[in-house]
Amino acid sequence: MFRKFLCLSILLSALTLIFSQATHAAGDEEDKTGFIMHHVKDSHEWHFATFGNTHITLPLPVIIYSSDRGLEFYMSSQFQNHETHVFGKEYAHNGYYIDEHDHLKAVDEDRSFLELSITKNVAMLFIVLAIVIWIILSAASHYKKNPGQSPKGAASFIEPIVVFVRDEIALPNIGHHKYKKFTPYLLTIFFFIWFGNLLGLFPGAANLTGNIAVTATLAIFTFFVTNINGNRDYWKHVVATPGVPLPLLLIIVPVEIIGLFTKPFALMVRLFVAITAGHIVILSFIGLIFVFESLAVGLASTVMVVFINMIELLVATIQAYVFTLFSAMYIGQAVAEHEHH
Amino acid sequence: MDLIIPGSGLIIWQIIGFSILLYILAKFAWKPILSALEERETHIDEALKSAEMARNEMANLKAENEKIIQEAKIERDEMLLKATETARMIVEEAKEKAQEEGAKMIENAKAAIQTEKDAALEEVKVQVGVLSLDIAEKLLKKNFSKDAAQQALVEELVRDLKLN
Repeated sequence: MFRKFLCLSILLSALTLIFSQATHAAGDEEDKTGFIMHHVKDSHEWHFATFGNTHITLPLPVIIYSSDRGLEFYMSSQFQNHETHVFGKEYAHNGYYIDEHDHLKAVDEDRSFLELSITKNVAMLFIVLAIVIWIILSAASHYKKNPGQSPKGAASFIEPIVVFVRDEIALPNIGHHKYKKFTPYLLTIFFFIWFGNLLGLFPGAANLTGNIAVTATLAIFTFFVTNINGNRDYWKHVVATPGVPLPLLLIIVPVEIIGLFTKPFALMVRLFVAITAGHIVILSFIGLIFVFESLAVGLASTVMVVFINMIELLVATIQAYVFTLFSAMYIGQAVAEHEHH
Repeated sequence: MDLIIPGSGLIIWQIIGFSILLYILAKFAWKPILSALEERETHIDEALKSAEMARNEMANLKAENEKIIQEAKIERDEMLLKATETARMIVEEAKEKAQEEGAKMIENAKAAIQTEKDAALEEVKVQVGVLSLDIAEKLLKKNFSKDAAQQALVEELVRDLKLN
């Protein structure tokens, strides 16, 4: 098992190295570590590799909604130089351009519009969704076809995790009266984050679960699930904490209300930081090779990249667990039947 | 794009995508999987429970059997005891009866002997009488002439008589 793990990590790192090296070869005048932030952030085109002056990229759809022009569809390749793949104001198309920081902007600065582009992370999101749905539905079909039998195939892979989330996360934190209602949500969030984290570790993949928009949205989902299901006791504790004298309430209540928002905020930041930091660390070790341009550093970096990659596999799982666990805890606090004191 | 400013497009796509994922999985995956798991768990629980019950029943049955055997043993012992007692009593009774019978027979024998004896004595007496008469007859016939002889003979006879 460990040997397989090691082989996989070395393979992944080697692929990462190939791609990064190619990125570097693009231009010596470019910042040697610029590819790190470029990878970590979202983009309008999916860049895989660069050989000499040939960029291997996947142009992605740019979708814009504005009240006067409705929905507009473009491709990101329409906004860039076809040779260098550089975005800029000089490549404006139909009144829009993508600036050097990969922001979509209108030439007319007063124009307001909504961007719905399929960026690199949105494309990655679709891939993650497709894989999660495919694996879990194929597991579910086993239960439908063979009721009452032991799990096989995808089901045997999914089942221990499902049982773990149900018995170790949902049940102890929410309580056995209501855990059944929230288990599907917790399972979905666990598998989405876990697969997002793992797939994000592939070379060339997008940093989906390390993107703040994604973690923010997931945190908002937990926020709504928690507060919509909050019972009377929960809201009483927020707006009029029982057993607290009136003058103190003036302090406690604002703190409680801020607390409502700090919980999802913590969820958002924790996942974003953990995954993004992991990617940055791996890419930094690769970046060292190009900074020092020495064989010894290259060897040492490769060893470190293998090591960090293995840690990242662990972190991917831990972060999915932690996000799910904290979601379950918040939901549990909101639906708990308090002993009146 | 920025690192810590969320992109509006990605947020919208993420909301749509995650909602679809949540709907599809909740409806088509988690529901059947969780209910199948629960079903299997209750099935296993029931199987374990019934196994436990069967085991208890077996133990009960065994205990009952043992009890029956124990009771049978006690009964047998009692019966044996009674039988020996009865046997002993019968023997005792027989002995007693035998003794009684024996004693009775001895008594009878003694009585018979006494009767026989008395009868014999009676006969002896009669015989003596007859003999005496015979003697007297003979004497009378032979020695009635001589006094002396008469006297001697009488004396002799008397002596003989006394001996009896």
